[in-house]
Amino acid sequence: MSTTTLPQPSEDKEKEKATAAAPATTEVSGARALLARPALAAFGLVLVALIVGALALDGNWPGALNWSSGIKDGLDWLSNWLTDNRATSPLFLYFLLHISNWSEGGVDYVFTFLNNLGWLGVTALATAVSWYVSGAGLKVRSLRIALLTLCTFGVFGVLGVWEYAMSTLALMVVAVAVSAVIGVLLGLIAGLSETGNRILRPVFDTMQVMPAFAYLLPLVLIFGIGSPAALVSTVIYAAPPMARLTALGLRGADPAALEASRSLGSDPWQRLWTARLPLARKEMLLGLNQTIMMALSMVVMASVIGAGGLGDKVYQALSKDNVGLALIPGSCIVLIAIWLDRVTAAAGDQLDTSPGSTRTGGDAGAIALEKLGGWLAWGVFVVFAAVGTLFGPIGERSWPIDWTVSISSPLTKGIESFTKSISDGIPVIGGTDVWASHFTSWILNPMRDAMQASPWWGVLLLVAVLAWMAGSWRAGLTGVLSLAVLGALGLWDKSMDTLSQVIVSVLCTLVVGVVIGILAARSRWVMRLIRPILDIMQTMPQFVYLVPVVALVGVGRPAAILAAAVYALPAVIRITTQGLRTVDPAAMEASRSLGSTGWQQLRQVQLPLARPSLMLACNQGVVLVLAMVVIGGLVGGGALGYDVVYGLQKSDLGVGLSAGIAIVCLGLMLDRLTQSAGTGKRGGTK
Amino acid sequence: MKRTRIIRGGVAAAAALALAAGLSSCGKADPYYSGSPNTVTLPIAAWAGSEANVAVAKQILEKKLGYRVKTLQMDEPVMFDALNTGRADAMMEDWRGVPKKEKKYVEELKTVVNAGELGVTGHIGWYVPTYFAKEHPEVKDWKNLPKLKKYFQTPESGDKGQMLEGSPSFSTYDAQIIKNLDLPYKTVYAGSEAAQVKEIQKRAAKKEPFLTYWWTPQWLNSKVPMTEVKLPKRTPGCDKVPSKVDCAYPYTALTKFMNRDFAENGGKAAEFLKKFHWSTEEQTKVVKWMTIDKMDTDEAAAKWVEQNPDKWKKWMPN
Repeated sequence: MSTTTLPQPSEDKEKEKATAAAPATTEVSGARALLARPALAAFGLVLVALIVGALALDGNWPGALNWSSGIKDGLDWLSNWLTDNRATSPLFLYFLLHISNWSEGGVDYVFTFLNNLGWLGVTALATAVSWYVSGAGLKVRSLRIALLTLCTFGVFGVLGVWEYAMSTLALMVVAVAVSAVIGVLLGLIAGLSETGNRILRPVFDTMQVMPAFAYLLPLVLIFGIGSPAALVSTVIYAAPPMARLTALGLRGADPAALEASRSLGSDPWQRLWTARLPLARKEMLLGLNQTIMMALSMVVMASVIGAGGLGDKVYQALSKDNVGLALIPGSCIVLIAIWLDRVTAAAGDQLDTSPGSTRTGGDAGAIALEKLGGWLAWGVFVVFAAVGTLFGPIGERSWPIDWTVSISSPLTKGIESFTKSISDGIPVIGGTDVWASHFTSWILNPMRDAMQASPWWGVLLLVAVLAWMAGSWRAGLTGVLSLAVLGALGLWDKSMDTLSQVIVSVLCTLVVGVVIGILAARSRWVMRLIRPILDIMQTMPQFVYLVPVVALVGVGRPAAILAAAVYALPAVIRITTQGLRTVDPAAMEASRSLGSTGWQQLRQVQLPLARPSLMLACNQGVVLVLAMVVIGGLVGGGALGYDVVYGLQKSDLGVGLSAGIAIVCLGLMLDRLTQSAGTGKRGGTK
Repeated sequence: MKRTRIIRGGVAAAAALALAAGLSSCGKADPYYSGSPNTVTLPIAAWAGSEANVAVAKQILEKKLGYRVKTLQMDEPVMFDALNTGRADAMMEDWRGVPKKEKKYVEELKTVVNAGELGVTGHIGWYVPTYFAKEHPEVKDWKNLPKLKKYFQTPESGDKGQMLEGSPSFSTYDAQIIKNLDLPYKTVYAGSEAAQVKEIQKRAAKKEPFLTYWWTPQWLNSKVPMTEVKLPKRTPGCDKVPSKVDCAYPYTALTKFMNRDFAENGGKAAEFLKKFHWSTEEQTKVVKWMTIDKMDTDEAAAKWVEQNPDKWKKWMPN
């Protein structure tokens, strides 16, 4: 699964990261300075040592350091213990089962509530609430959002997925509520206490990098199939952004405001409630926005453990090889994402203007309507809730069947003929299918074989030196330790296989992403054209494009690589564009006045100045590609991704969880390498 | 300043406490979840046949017996976990592919019970497309596979022949069979049924040869005819030890399983589901409507229910 994926919010986060990395720009000639360092000599030495060592020494991971059987036995024992003691152990009876029963009940309750409202009630309610939180009144923006809501719910009905959409929404409501509460509590801990922050930071990192598939299985064993496990996994995945941004907001509070509050004689509690939290609400709302987006993608993913809803529809359509049918629930998910994103964004902007202080004159009618708006929305809510519970749904429970249209089969036919024609229909140059098989034989296979044949100590040494050259010894240490864990888990060869795929995939993503990013940064027209496409690529559930990918390049590693590249591309494009756009206009003007051409300008001014963002793009590309390793296992990627899927589907905790841990380790290693390269000396510490 | 720090620490600690306390309300929880009395929860596995069983059962339970049916998508091994905890009530089609779980829940914990046969017979095997078998009839015997490996080579399998596998959730001994029969082949996992089906269709469209793990009943068989490669005959106990399997897969009578509580106290719904029994042909018919005719699953099930009242009337509870 993904880490930071989603359209608007991630852009903000990217900005934030980009500005954080900005100080490093002063070291523009970093690459050149690097060459002068003695590290290069060390690098050369390592290469020589590698070659000599490969010829002279045994390169396999030493058996004595392979603890895989012990680890697997332990995990198997754990899995057995969990199933045996579920009904008797006090840990379950007094703690875990409460969570499980409560979440099942909560989700069921919300679903029944939505069901009782009926389709008319739900649509009206959602429209009224969206209109209200986006500012109410007759402003263009709030009306537009109300219209968007209306259309979104209309589309659920017309496409015949009403009930599935409601069950996804029910799970979403509960998941977002729980994630937000837990996120704020954790954010309070991290924001107010330095120790808390130090303890929680690596926890958040792990929560976000760990592939969701790896922890779905233990959660199923503990909490049971369906809503409980889905809910807990969603919370694990979606709470960190809320917590991080809450902490950020609390820490970033304007000292002047705090001082003012203190001088007014307020005690620390009062300061928290009246100054710190209100000052942090913008960050908190951004956090909520991210949490919602991540919860949505996880809720879809959780269909593999019986979460139900739209994700189920996607999954079932795929096993019948019906892309059109899968696209329908897929596009509904995209619509939900766009709707929720716009609503929370509007609510966020509302915070800047709403308290009425900024608006003095204005026409009284609009203000009155605005005041009325709040009551109206709540009134609508209460009326519908009352009517729904007392008299049953207004109109029918779900959308009337006569009003649905079936568009799946023309869609399927269209996609099939398109993929067929480019997979092998092109004369002379072959088509994607042929390219893929050459790609496997000439690039992937040699690369994998070389990496698997390299001696383990050589790879460790190489990573250590690379990290040290690029950034700090700490990054090197993290990298080496992560790699050592791979060996200890007995997954060295598989990890090298996955690593080779990840590297190829990241390179492809970067080349394509940076080129498109440059084009988009230089022409507003291109940007406007690709923006909606990027939005869709980022929110479409990853399952949906698995089938077209297989149709294009066939089962195997190219399919996995293509899927990962498609997934990581939008973030890379966005960050590149962002970086190039924010290059100091004065520098641009200066180079223009010196008479440089567009190409010279790009090469000599823009790209060097945007180096930190390019490194960030590389880092994000790595993280996102790695998140797709498991999904790649579903289309023949093999190696670690396959092991995780196998573990989940066969309920084999030993295989699944160790492969999951291995993916986290690869992630840590690559993240530290690319991150430290991006921030120069200060790498290793986030 | 110091006071502030203490209080800040206090707030952080309070937040931590609230986290822990909010989750564990006092009192003992019920380990077995039993939804509302009129709701039946049926899990669906990733293959279309399983979906057809559930869709037809759902039509009758909802339209004729007045229950609400909740369907859940999940894999076969996970289904047993769901039956164990009561999150799912009945599983309509088990291929007996997870003997470990079956033993644990049915025999040891006794939380899951066998609810009779579905009536459909399933068979797993090694298959090649019929157009290839017509050109090379010798492929029908496994002994000729080494000679034919050049037809099945792909970049993924290298210098060996490719044995296409499906989803990791399927029960397979192919890697062991290949090893024990000393065949120059390599298993390549498609990773999901969707990917496997797509790959097969793609190769069939170009009439290319392929060797795959496959099974009947399967909806694709009417679109891409397949011929089985005969593996060594089954002898008693030849597949007892997984690492020593060297024989063909059995013909399996697909079986229903139920949560014990549901089987005993499930009323009419449980009685109906125990009696649910249909033939391979009937199931294939519904699956064909769902897949090749691209009909909506519920529509296809409704059509079958409408056309075959004599069949499902026999399943009705007394």
